[in-house]
Amino acid sequence: MSIENKEFKPKIVAFCCNWCSYAGADLAGSSRLSYPADVKIIRVPCSCRVNPMFILRAFEKGADGVIMCGCHPGDCHYSTGNYYARRRMTLLFSMLDYIGVENGRTRVEWVSAAEGVKFSDTMNGFVEKIVSLGENVRLGDLRCRK
Amino acid sequence: MQEVINRAKELLRDGTAARVLGWKTGDLPYNPEPAYFETEESLKDFVYNGFCGANLSKYMIEASKLEGKTVVCLKPCDTYSFNQLIKEHRVDREKAYIIGVGCKGKLDIEKIRAQGIKGIENIEGAGITDETDILKVQTIYGTKEIPYADAVLERCHVCKGKEHMVYDELIGESKDTKDGDRFEEVAKIEQMSPEEKFAYFQSELSKCIRCNACRNVCPACSCRKCVFDSNKFDSSQKANVDSFEEKMFHIIRAFHVAGRCTDCGECSRVCPQGIPLHLFNRKFIKDIDELYGEYQAGEDTETKAPLTNYTFEDAEPSIVGKRG
Amino acid sequence: MYKIAKENLSALFQMIAEVQELYLPVRTAGQTNYAAWTTEAEVDLGTLKTVKSAKDAFFPQSEGLYTVRKENKKMKIHPEELKTQDFVVFGMKACDVQGVEVLDRVFLSDPIDSFYAARRSNGTIVAMACQEPEETCFCKVFGIDCAEPKADVVTWMIGENMYWNSVTEKGDKLTESVKSLLSQTDETQEREVVETKETIHAIVEKLPYMNLSLEGWNGDALSEKFDSPIWEELYKPCLACGTCTFVCPTCQCYDIKDYTAGESVSRYRCWDSCMYSDFTMMAHGNNRTSQMQRFRQRFMHKLVYYPANNDGMYSCVGCGRCVEKCPAALNIVKVVKAFQKQGDEK
Repeated sequence: MSIENKEFKPKIVAFCCNWCSYAGADLAGSSRLSYPADVKIIRVPCSCRVNPMFILRAFEKGADGVIMCGCHPGDCHYSTGNYYARRRMTLLFSMLDYIGVENGRTRVEWVSAAEGVKFSDTMNGFVEKIVSLGENVRLGDLRCRK
Repeated sequence: MQEVINRAKELLRDGTAARVLGWKTGDLPYNPEPAYFETEESLKDFVYNGFCGANLSKYMIEASKLEGKTVVCLKPCDTYSFNQLIKEHRVDREKAYIIGVGCKGKLDIEKIRAQGIKGIENIEGAGITDETDILKVQTIYGTKEIPYADAVLERCHVCKGKEHMVYDELIGESKDTKDGDRFEEVAKIEQMSPEEKFAYFQSELSKCIRCNACRNVCPACSCRKCVFDSNKFDSSQKANVDSFEEKMFHIIRAFHVAGRCTDCGECSRVCPQGIPLHLFNRKFIKDIDELYGEYQAGEDTETKAPLTNYTFEDAEPSIVGKRG
Repeated sequence: MYKIAKENLSALFQMIAEVQELYLPVRTAGQTNYAAWTTEAEVDLGTLKTVKSAKDAFFPQSEGLYTVRKENKKMKIHPEELKTQDFVVFGMKACDVQGVEVLDRVFLSDPIDSFYAARRSNGTIVAMACQEPEETCFCKVFGIDCAEPKADVVTWMIGENMYWNSVTEKGDKLTESVKSLLSQTDETQEREVVETKETIHAIVEKLPYMNLSLEGWNGDALSEKFDSPIWEELYKPCLACGTCTFVCPTCQCYDIKDYTAGESVSRYRCWDSCMYSDFTMMAHGNNRTSQMQRFRQRFMHKLVYYPANNDGMYSCVGCGRCVEKCPAALNIVKVVKAFQKQGDEK
């Protein structure tokens, strides 16, 4: 198949909290730290805004990996949002693992606005992981592949 | 059963309640339907036997909006759902007069059919006061026998116990029918390789016909309008177009009731394709128990649900990969 | 009439599948439904009723209509191709076969549904007589003979053999293509088939729903039935799920929807259920706003509206799937009986 000859370019969706990791991404940019262009950032007001459906939606439409970044526990702009997000994502990831989706495809990282380096490292590491896992074939909608 | 009818009549007569929510005799030996009775006379059709598996807590959401009190017959496991609905302000405790009815395990007609029994004319031993352990099934192809315990619903094998969590009065004896561990199957799947897990769920979910029975029967699914019913939602909520749709529906359905699901087993009971839907709910329950401490939804009406609660020390999502 | 030994059935399936598609009852994850035959498929001819009917073979639960794609800054429409491949549906029961006739009257009358028509003209139905009807069956009420389905080919399982009788031209063509596996029957064997039919008829008489009376249910009963207060009582246990409509061999309502897949949009249709709150939703809103109205719609359609438009033919075939599967134990029989009871009391 021709697909095997092509270099695999993963599609990564990153949900970033407006108050921390989104600014972290900015800092990474202004500090000229690089991270792969395969990462598409979606800004959310808080990691708690990320509905489990968002994650599944991203996979449906063709994402190979989904990462969610929020404020470090204790630092949430709204005091407690990331605590709830943490429980939700833990359960959701566990469920995805349970139905046979490789668990490396989902990740949560806490990245503050001052951590430009961490942001870039995280993204580089995540993309590497997804490249090693290859294309996501278990959770996509076939109609999005035509 | 007669005791329940007599008591219900009294409650209607003295004006305590305006109606009774129970079950009505079906036209086959095994299909009583949930029904409202508003007069003493209509109670002649009231029935309570081994086939009254339906969890009437769900109907109380609507009944709470009606004028006057409703007498509702709840089995021990149904009362967990009712409690949970009180906690979420979906039912009005003041509008319900709960008769906690005895239960010795509810029967699953599909399990009886699975034994190759067909052409059923009559079933003996399904009555609530019958002292027998054997069901005698009369069919047009001869009489068959099946142990009661082999014909009970999956949920009865992992019975939560014979105590009613909430009631105004109790009528009849209950029996704890537990003879299995409810997490056994979940644990078995957890041990599989990702490929095996995927293949297992793929084959189970490929049967889904998107009838939404699992959602509509669920006492925890009490949203006025479900996200899957939104016409602005770019998902084929009633088409089994693509295998992804089923996965998304079933994950989200279970997720939306995670921490609120009492494990009443209605979803698996009603699935026309026999999909073991409880495996999704129990996975969440098992994870909650392991990560955030044992929690049984519906045991009380006060405590915070696991997903509306947190601690600073909660496990990080990366634990999923580490647990193996 | 021909016969084939039961042990040769897989050879028969193999032979049919070599030249055309073959759909038959297959057991997957503990349930039997119609599916394409493969060498690995666990064929299950013993289960009387598949969970879903064979309706999918002619009118799939969902099917694409066309896809719109962006190509060089222009929109291109790619219509879905019509079915051209011949196929055989094996093992349909008399009720399901009659169900196809109900669908025919809807989809093959003007304006003709080309997707359905293409499937219909390419499909050959091989039906099986119901040797052991069940308590939920009431096909006889609708004048259906489960011992002799009206299909292209009718088969009976007797002893170690399956008897094969071709009825139509399509059936003859199929018979011709598998003739090497079939052998002619003799007179005694043909008598056996007649006896089997008689046995089935005798069993049918014993079924609990046999005496269900449809008196008063016809195209003229519209206002009388529509305005009846009984519906208010009947619908109450209904959970508004779509089980009854999706397992039904005659329910034919569908919805048309679009799916956006980034670079393209595909328009597809999928079965709809009158039990759903968005059934026949239009721009101005919904014309059935309560579950009672939606519940009434289903039964009025089956027993009043459809007969009114189709020379008195009911769009229920008495397969009993709703009787078996309804989560709240409601079904069309209970509806008919409730009206009858009220009539008696008057």
